[in-house]
Amino acid sequence: MRDRVEISTRKAGEYDWLGLSGDVDMHAAPQVRKALLDALQGKNGLLVDLAGVSYMDSSGVACLVEAFQTARRQGSRFALVAVAPPVLAVLRLARLDKVFTLYATVDEALAGGR
Amino acid sequence: MAATESAFEYAIEVEHLVTHYGARKILDDINFSVRQGEIMVIMGGSGSGKSTLLRHLLGLHRPTSGSIRLLGHDITQLSADQMYDLRKNMGVAFQGGALFNSMTVGENVELPLREHTRLDDNTIRIMSRMKLEVVNLAGFEDLMPAELSGGMIKRAALARAIVMDPRLLFFDEPSAGLDPVVSAELDELILTLRDAMNMTIVVVTHELESAFKIADRITVLDQGRILMSDTAAAVRASDHPRIRALLDRTPRSDAVDADAYLERLTREIFRA
Repeated sequence: MRDRVEISTRKAGEYDWLGLSGDVDMHAAPQVRKALLDALQGKNGLLVDLAGVSYMDSSGVACLVEAFQTARRQGSRFALVAVAPPVLAVLRLARLDKVFTLYATVDEALAGGR
Repeated sequence: MAATESAFEYAIEVEHLVTHYGARKILDDINFSVRQGEIMVIMGGSGSGKSTLLRHLLGLHRPTSGSIRLLGHDITQLSADQMYDLRKNMGVAFQGGALFNSMTVGENVELPLREHTRLDDNTIRIMSRMKLEVVNLAGFEDLMPAELSGGMIKRAALARAIVMDPRLLFFDEPSAGLDPVVSAELDELILTLRDAMNMTIVVVTHELESAFKIADRITVLDQGRILMSDTAAAVRASDHPRIRALLDRTPRSDAVDADAYLERLTREIFRA
């Protein structure tokens, strides 16, 4: 069994920040989905930091897609930060790297929002 | 089952596999292995035993003897429940697609997720549509299989086969019956899946161009035996007459074993 995912939240500038670490697989996806949708409740815009994610399967990507569309519908900002190459490869497979807004660091994401 | 996944080099190891259909030996002392993240093409003419080998790798048939290890588990020794668990790590795209005709394309692709996971309905829908995007069938989820072309059926079957992000993907005759452009697109897709998902992929085909384009290694079967299991370059350079016949598309003229042949035709008639 893979390690379960760890989820943390804080503020980053004017935005909400949600950090994921560990493996985002089908066991973890329901928990990740709930955390993402809860974090969007504040409607402050959300930066999802994937620096600690070593593995993400399609279920994790699907959670990000649903959260992104939810943010768009409420007019909030949504961006991914520090997407590691293995995760980027999964995004690229469905051309989602061209759909999400990606930043290397939180500072870049904050600067990019101005 | 996942704990030992990275602990071995080979995703598939077949040793001394022998199988019969009735009295006839179909596979004879088959030995080969597939490394994790490798594309292995099983090649051979009609009747070479390649489809039978595939069915054994999928655990659909029990061999007469020998072992088949998938992700470290000898599937000839697994219980039905253990095999069920292992199958969650395996995707299969059958030659004819094997889609359920009474279900839409989207429902077909979603089916493994609904069968094997407790994911949220939205997650399942998005995952299946992502895989339809991957195989260039975006927007076709509401069509019925009867409304699809041959190439679309193969791509829908592939979308269903990869919807669970399997570690092992088996693809039976991806190019058969397709025009060269669609066939080339499927080859590219197989390579992309290997690179993006690090899938171990076994492709059964008799299409030479496709085989040499996608294979890391090729296993050549002939009359139930392995003639060669090596890199694509080594197979292409082989001077083995049966491999040359396959590569050069020369018709075979087998010597006939008269005793065995007559025995097969008259077994119940002339009992000792």
